[in-house]
Amino acid sequence: MARVTISDKYCTVNPLKMSASIGAALAFMGVDNSMPLLHGSQGCTSFGLVLFVRHFREAIPMQTTALSEVATVLGGFDNLEQALLNIAERTHPTLIGICTTGISEIKGDDLTGFLKLIRAKHPKLDGISLVDVSTPDFQGAFQDGWAAAVTRMIEELVEIPRSDARLSRRVNILPGCHITPGDIDELRDIFEAFSLDPVFLPDLSGSLDGHIPTEFTSTTLGGISVEQIKRMGSACWTVAIGEQMRGAAITLEHHTGIPYKLFGRLTGLAANDELMGFLSEISGVPVPRKYRRQRGQLIDAMMDGHFYFGGKRVAIAAEPDLLFAMSHWLHEMGCEIQAAVTTEQSPVLESIPVDEVLLGDLEDLEQRAVGADLIVTHSHGRQAAERLHIPLFRIGIPNFDRLGAGQQVTVGYRGTRDLIFDIGNLLVADAHEPTPETWMPRIRPPQDLVTLQ
Amino acid sequence: MSTLGSKVQQVFNEPGCATNQAKKSLDRKKGCNRVLAPGAAAGGCAFDGAKIALQPITDVVHLIHGPINCEGHSWDGRGAKSSGSSLYRTSFTTAMNEQDIIFGGEKHLYQSIKEAVRKYNPPAVFVYQTCVPAMIGDDLEAVCKAAAKKLGKPVIPINVPGFVGSKNLGNKLAGEALLDYVIGTEEPEKTTPYDINIIGEYNLSGELWQVKPLLDELGIRILACISGDAKYHEVARSHRARAAMMVCSKAMINVARKMEERYGIPYFEGSFYGIGDTSDSLRRIAQLLVERGAPAELLDRTEAVIEREEARAWGRIAPFKARLAGKRALLFTGGVKSWSVVAAMQEAGLTVIGTSVKKSTPDDKERIKEIMKEDAHMFDDLKPREMYKMLKEAQADIMLSGGRTQFVALKAKMPWLDINQERHHAYAGYEGMVALVSEISKALSNPIWEQIRKPAPWEFDITRNELSIHVA
Repeated sequence: MARVTISDKYCTVNPLKMSASIGAALAFMGVDNSMPLLHGSQGCTSFGLVLFVRHFREAIPMQTTALSEVATVLGGFDNLEQALLNIAERTHPTLIGICTTGISEIKGDDLTGFLKLIRAKHPKLDGISLVDVSTPDFQGAFQDGWAAAVTRMIEELVEIPRSDARLSRRVNILPGCHITPGDIDELRDIFEAFSLDPVFLPDLSGSLDGHIPTEFTSTTLGGISVEQIKRMGSACWTVAIGEQMRGAAITLEHHTGIPYKLFGRLTGLAANDELMGFLSEISGVPVPRKYRRQRGQLIDAMMDGHFYFGGKRVAIAAEPDLLFAMSHWLHEMGCEIQAAVTTEQSPVLESIPVDEVLLGDLEDLEQRAVGADLIVTHSHGRQAAERLHIPLFRIGIPNFDRLGAGQQVTVGYRGTRDLIFDIGNLLVADAHEPTPETWMPRIRPPQDLVTLQ
Repeated sequence: MSTLGSKVQQVFNEPGCATNQAKKSLDRKKGCNRVLAPGAAAGGCAFDGAKIALQPITDVVHLIHGPINCEGHSWDGRGAKSSGSSLYRTSFTTAMNEQDIIFGGEKHLYQSIKEAVRKYNPPAVFVYQTCVPAMIGDDLEAVCKAAAKKLGKPVIPINVPGFVGSKNLGNKLAGEALLDYVIGTEEPEKTTPYDINIIGEYNLSGELWQVKPLLDELGIRILACISGDAKYHEVARSHRARAAMMVCSKAMINVARKMEERYGIPYFEGSFYGIGDTSDSLRRIAQLLVERGAPAELLDRTEAVIEREEARAWGRIAPFKARLAGKRALLFTGGVKSWSVVAAMQEAGLTVIGTSVKKSTPDDKERIKEIMKEDAHMFDDLKPREMYKMLKEAQADIMLSGGRTQFVALKAKMPWLDINQERHHAYAGYEGMVALVSEISKALSNPIWEQIRKPAPWEFDITRNELSIHVA
């Protein structure tokens, strides 16, 4: 349907995009007692860390190999070795996730080789899983880094099952980076209601959901454990959410023989009907009463809300999978997608209900949003929204100027219902009161015109 | 790289810096760049520092030449306020891709400068060099020079690849760029005997505006603030000021000293944090101006304003004393701010049980000792785990620090106040100290603390009808 075009500008103005390096780092944060490590200059880590702190309003574990000018030229082996030893000694993690940056990739540091040498030299690192992932920040974007890190964890950690014996209720879930800690909690409830036993990789609901720990740690405060990742081969099914996770799901299938089912999105009535049908089928459990009621509530909300959504023009900027979910769902609510801007190529882009999907930035969005009724993007859309006097619905990372980003739920019948209320209320609040001139602009006497000008 | 290398050396060997001069000549050459420990480092890079120092200049295009890691995660993130243009909040970057890495990014950069000028027509473009283009050999200075010639506008190269060092070094390299390319390139329309520069003040949360009305009242004109709420032309004309105040001492000392050397502008190191410090700074500004030829009556007028404002501020802080008396505060912040804030907190009845001295000079430390007396607990580096333990054991009632340690305090269910760059409240001048004390009071007296420290229902031992755990 949609034409996918690439912005022909030289200068990116108000970037929509974030790097693959920190996308990968966030994926490692969904593992219990882990420490993401960026192999780059210390600014690479510092900028990403501050971004996550502002978004989640939580302490963020993230370290750097602190490459200096000399290390950049001579290679970063010593820095990586020292960083791993320092982290091991200071924070006793179970996993260190090593993400490259533009600097180390251009230099051509061979991380796999480095790690072999370091392992051989330092037996004290034996108890710590080390997973490296290639995430140059001049290639791909946030969701690509996230997906790559998950794939690498599967490759490095998941054990090939010795027998065909499977845990009949166990399901692996591979959520895309647009799935929030709140979404994961919602999905866990849904799967458990079908007597299934879901395991999420990564699981940000354990680490970045805002719980109060009893002890302070410098690593992640929860999430899937490395032991659980190792045993993912014992599940019966893998469910991937978002096209970005297809690669990881296929890797897991090749590795363990577990079939996968991919849901492009879990926002909207039809999308969740499909989920319910699938869960009922694989579990043999009829759809629980709770969700039958929730489906009714969603339908009611759709009817109540459609008055406000119908015919509204929406400009959206988001990474491909989030753009896919939001644009299709808004279209299903009767909105017209006036503009769609995204970061990178993806197979889902062509299906988006709009004439053109642009790989661009928030300046592109601002230009295309003129005359729209709603802007949907992350917090950086705030300047454009202010200038254009259009309400902004914040979604995705970063969301630094509103509370509760980690608990924003858009999956399931209930999540979709609440999304109708949240966005619907923005539209209701923006309704323009009619004036005597609304329908028929009055022809003013000349002196009025003078005072007006 | 060789020019950048010599620039870094030069910046390190700063005669205006007392710490540097106290060193032996060999150590002096090594510079003050902390050796970063891989895997145990915190803080930004040189590029980060340069952007912090210059981005408050409101009306220019700040263009970052690098891949998306450098600009994509941090733009529009700091609270420097503007009284005019908002162009500084618009983000410009080349967002280098694989093609640029292979073929070089110079053309991309040149076209980007051109595009930005065509669309936004700024008085100047500031171009920041980052690690990746420095590695592949993009010649920043040459591109800027060519673009400036073609476009007829100043295009300022700021050569600060992150890997050359810390944020602090970046602050200084940014200052060097101003000295080399901006300051002294234009003439002001008129000058007065009351013209000053304020150097190293970034107008975070509008703090400059807490002080500026007092200067306005005294007839003192800020010719240029470098760089809070500054316009390009103001900085370019700042060499005609009569005197200068250097605010955040470590960040831009090279700018103040070199402006004294080149243009004969005397400067002093002062602070607008704390009541006594604000008065001292106003006094020093007046003195320097009078020494440079302003009428001596300025001194009397200044004293009158100081007397009035101090009385007003202390008067407004007094009502808090009852509520704050005996409360213990833990202070974690950098450099100068420590001792100047301590004084105000003590005046409000708080006991400061400890402060960090990580970024403080020996002088700063002496002053802290003097002010805090036997209570002085100075931490060079406190690991988050230890900090958490201190707070959990309720050795303090409130922590004041930067965003990095915010959640250490909050997870220990301890009141916390942001006193670093990302804060939302302005704490400068007399107004600012009253605001600080009021914020501390608000944080301490909020009813949530009592509620959230109560045990959960399942922590209640029913058989003994008492709490099974004790909460501090």
